[in-house]
Amino acid sequence: MEMALTPVAKVTILGIPLSLFAVLIPLIGISAFCYIMARRLIPLAKAQPDPRFDRPKQRLKYVLKFWLGQYKQPRYLVAGVIHIVIFAGFLILSIRSTSLVIEGFKPHFVFPGLGGFLGDVYNFLKDYAATFVLIACIVAGIRRGIFTPERYKVPPKYGKDHTFEAIFVLGLIGTLMIFESLYSASIVAAQKQQGLHAEFLPPLTLSWIFAKMLGGTSKGFLQFINTTSYFIHDSVFFFFLCFLPFGKHFHVITSIFNVFFAKLDRGTVKPVKYGVTEEELDNLPYFGVKYLEDFTWKNILDFYTCVDCGRCADVCPANAAGRPLIPRFLTIKAREYIFDRFPVLGEIKPKEPLIGTIYEEDEIWSCTTCGSCEEECPVLNEYINKIVDLRRGMVDEGMVPQTLQKPLNALAKRGNPYGKMEKKRAEWTKSLEDIDVKIIGKKAQAETLYFVDSATSYDERANEIARAVVKILNACGEDFGILGKAEKDSGHEVRRFGEEMLFLTLRDQNIDAILNSGCKRIVTADPHAYNALKKDYDGIPPVEHISEYILRKINEGKLRFKPIEDPNLVFTYHDPCYLGRHNLIYDAPRKVLDAIPGLKRVEMERHKDRSFCCGGGGLMLFYEPPEEEQRMGQIRVKMANEAGANAIVVCCPFCLTHLEDGVKTTGFEGKIQVMDLTELIVKQLIIE
Amino acid sequence: MEILVCVKRVPDPAENEIEINSDGTDIERDDLVYSVNEWDNYAVEEAIQIKDKVGGSVTVVTVGDEEADEVLRREMAMGADKGIHINDETLEETDGLGVAKALKAVVEKGNYDLILTGAQADDGAAQVGGMLAALLDLPYASLVNYIEIIDDNTLKIGREIEGGNQEISEIKLPCVLSIQTGINEPRYVGIRGIRKVAGVEIPEMELSDLGLSEDEVAPRVKRLDYFIPEMGEGAEILEGDMEEVAEKLVELLKAKGGIK
Repeated sequence: MEMALTPVAKVTILGIPLSLFAVLIPLIGISAFCYIMARRLIPLAKAQPDPRFDRPKQRLKYVLKFWLGQYKQPRYLVAGVIHIVIFAGFLILSIRSTSLVIEGFKPHFVFPGLGGFLGDVYNFLKDYAATFVLIACIVAGIRRGIFTPERYKVPPKYGKDHTFEAIFVLGLIGTLMIFESLYSASIVAAQKQQGLHAEFLPPLTLSWIFAKMLGGTSKGFLQFINTTSYFIHDSVFFFFLCFLPFGKHFHVITSIFNVFFAKLDRGTVKPVKYGVTEEELDNLPYFGVKYLEDFTWKNILDFYTCVDCGRCADVCPANAAGRPLIPRFLTIKAREYIFDRFPVLGEIKPKEPLIGTIYEEDEIWSCTTCGSCEEECPVLNEYINKIVDLRRGMVDEGMVPQTLQKPLNALAKRGNPYGKMEKKRAEWTKSLEDIDVKIIGKKAQAETLYFVDSATSYDERANEIARAVVKILNACGEDFGILGKAEKDSGHEVRRFGEEMLFLTLRDQNIDAILNSGCKRIVTADPHAYNALKKDYDGIPPVEHISEYILRKINEGKLRFKPIEDPNLVFTYHDPCYLGRHNLIYDAPRKVLDAIPGLKRVEMERHKDRSFCCGGGGLMLFYEPPEEEQRMGQIRVKMANEAGANAIVVCCPFCLTHLEDGVKTTGFEGKIQVMDLTELIVKQLIIE
Repeated sequence: MEILVCVKRVPDPAENEIEINSDGTDIERDDLVYSVNEWDNYAVEEAIQIKDKVGGSVTVVTVGDEEADEVLRREMAMGADKGIHINDETLEETDGLGVAKALKAVVEKGNYDLILTGAQADDGAAQVGGMLAALLDLPYASLVNYIEIIDDNTLKIGREIEGGNQEISEIKLPCVLSIQTGINEPRYVGIRGIRKVAGVEIPEMELSDLGLSEDEVAPRVKRLDYFIPEMGEGAEILEGDMEEVAEKLVELLKAKGGIK
C-alpha cells in the first residue's frame, strides 16, 4: 500500500529510529505506573479484612448500573451529563489510544476485528467521541474555573482550593483529544493531497476540521505534524496514566473496583472486625479505627476513589446545619494523609492516631448516619461504616462527650437513655381507658408484638404515637401485646455511636424477651427500632413497620377513613432516614396518606431518597454539637413551608420531636402542624 | 506521683426516683441503680491526667459493702492502677468521721503524695475530705477546679469563688484536695473496659487490717428521721403545660419585684 506519510515507526532523525522512543515511552510509562500502583497498594495490604467477594452477580449488576451506566450522575444534571460524555469518550477512545501506542513501533497496527466494517464504525464513533470529549472538557473547565459551583469550594481549614488540579486534568484530556485528532487529520490531509484513497472523516469532528485546515500545507509540514502529534499524544497519555494515582483522578482507575466491591446491604453496620466472632471480641486489643491501618481495605479504596465532586457535602444535613462535618473532607483528608504517610518515593512514615491529627472528635460525632451522602455518591463510597468505626475507636479511648455519657450510662443501667425506671416503661398505657394492653412474656402470649422502644415509651409527646398504634392495632382486631419492662432500648444508636458491647447486651436481652413472648410477628412505629430489629438482630419473627401494616389493613378493607375536614390543610410527608433510605419504604406511607379522602399532598423538593434528616434519632437527641448555625429540624420545616405545606406528616418519634421543635423555633407555630402518621390515622379512622 | 483517690458508690440521682420508705428510716432502695459519685469520677480523671503527665500511679479506695467493688472496677477501667476495698459491716453504720478515720489508716499504709476526694457525694454531707486532711495533719484545699504541677512538692490550685471569679493558691505536697465537677471532662468507661478489669484482684480490708477498733469508728452523729418536708405556706406548685407554667412564673416574678 502506498503511504501518504512515513509511519512514525519508520521515521528516523539523525539516523535514530523514532520507533525506539515509541517503545521507550510506553515502557517507562508502564513501569512507572506499575511502581506507583504497587506503592498505592501498600495501605490496602496493611488494612483490615473485609469479605467483599460474595454475590458476584449482584456486584456485576452494580458495575453495569453504577459504573458503566453512570446511574447516579444525572442526579446533578449539568455535571452529570458532562461526566457521562467524558466517561463514554474515554471508554471508546481507550481502544484507539492503545492501538496508537502500538502503531508507534508496529506500523499499520490494527486490533483484530477492527480492520473491516467494524473498524469503520469504530473510527466514526471515536472521532465524534474525541470531539464531544473536547467540548465537554471546555464546558467543564469554564464551569469549574469561572462559575465554580458552591460545592467545589474548599473552606480554608481544609487546605488549598482544588480548581488547579481539575483544570490541569481537563487540559491533559483536551490535549489528548486534540493531538489524537491532529494525528489522524494529518494523514488524511496528505492522502487527499496526493490523490490517494483518503480515510473517511466524519463531518464536523475535530479530525475533519483539522484535515480541512491542513489541506493546503506541504507534505513536509504534514509529516512533522503527524510525527509530533504522535509523540505528544504518547507522552501525555503515559504522563496522565502516572498522574492519575496522585489525586482525585485516581477514580479513573479505581471506580470500577469500588463499585464492584460496594456495600450491598442498606442500613447495616459492619462488625467490629471481620472474621472475629462476638465471643472473641474480648480478645481484640482495641475496637474500631484509631489508626489508618484500622480501616478496611475497602475504606482505603473509597478514599482513593473519591472524585471530590462535593455531592455528599451538598446533601449532608450536618454540613447544612453548620456542624463541623463535611463528608467530602472526611475522605479527602484521609487521602491526603495516606499520600503523605505512604509516599510514592521515600520512606513510609510512622502511624499516629487519626483523631487529633486529621479528624476532630466533634466532626465524627456530628453525623446522624442519615445516609444521604452514600445515596448521592456516584462511585458508591461509604461513610456510615467509617463513622461508626471511628466512634468505636473513640469509645474505646473514653473520648465520649459528656452529653452522651449520661444517656449511655443510663442505657447500661436502666435500658433506656433517659435513666427512667424500667417498671415505668409501659406507663403510657395507663391513660388508654378502654383498651387493655397485654404485657406478653412467659405468662401471657399474643400473635403480634408491638415493639415500642425507648423514645416512644418514655417521651411524653411520643407516647401519643404508642397510644395511636395501640388504637390502630385494636381497630384491626389484632391479637397483640407489648414486652413492658422486659423491653430494652433497641440499641440502634448505641451501635451506631460505637458502643458495640452495650449494643450486644441490649440486643441479647431483647431477643430473649421477644422469643419468650412467643409472638409470631413484630410491628413497630419507630424506624430506628425497625432497622435494628431487621438488620442488627437475628433469629426473631418478621418485623413490619406500622406504615406497612396500615397499608396492608387498608388493602384488606379493615381500615376506613373520614375525609379531611379542614380544606386549607396541605400535607407533606417527611421520609425518616431509617424508613426511607435505609429500608426503601417510600411508598407505603404515601399510599396510606392518599387513602384518606380529601387529603391534599405536596412533595418537598428533597423527598424520598433525597430526604433531609430531621436531626437524628436515639442518642443524637442528646448530643450538643459545639458549632451549629441552625438545627436540622428548623431547615426541614422551612423546606416544608417552601413546598407550600402546612401539615408535616412523619413516621418516626424522633422526626416528630425535631420537627415540632423546628416549628416552634422558626416562627411557624400555629401555621405548620407536625403529626405522626399513626396520629393522623387515628384521627381520621371510622370506628364501627 | 503517687495519688490516692477516695471514691463512693451512690444511688445516681439521674437514673433513680428517690422516695422515702414507709417507715421513714431510709430511702426506698429496692429499685435503685448505683454508680460512682460524680465528683469522685472527676477526681479520678484528674489523677489519671496527672499520672499521664508526670508518671506515678493512681490508687482508688472506697468504704462500702460487697457491691462497692463495682465502682472501684469502673475507676480502674478508666485508668486507675490499683483498688483498695474497705469492707467491714461495722462501717455501714458509721458517720463521716468514721469513714475519714478508715481512710486515714489506708493513707498511712501507703506513701501517697496527693490524696483526692470528691467535693461531696450525692448522698453525702461533704465532710470526709476536710476531716481526712485534719486527721492526717496535711494541707487541705476544697472545691478545687484547677491543678497545675509546679515541681515535685508544689501544686498551683484553683477554686471558683462567688460570681464566677477564680482564686489561685499554692499548696505543698503531700496534701488533700477535694475536687469540684468541671475540673476536666471525665473519659467514658464502656462495658468492654469494665470487663477487662473484671478479673483483677482487689484487696479487701477490714477494721482489724487497718488497726482500728469498732469503738473508734462508732458513729457520733446518729440519723433520727427521714421525711419529705410538708409544703409550707407560700410554696406554690405551678401547674399546666410548659408555656402556661412559664407565663405564670413570669407574672409572679413581676408581681413580687423579681423582674421588672
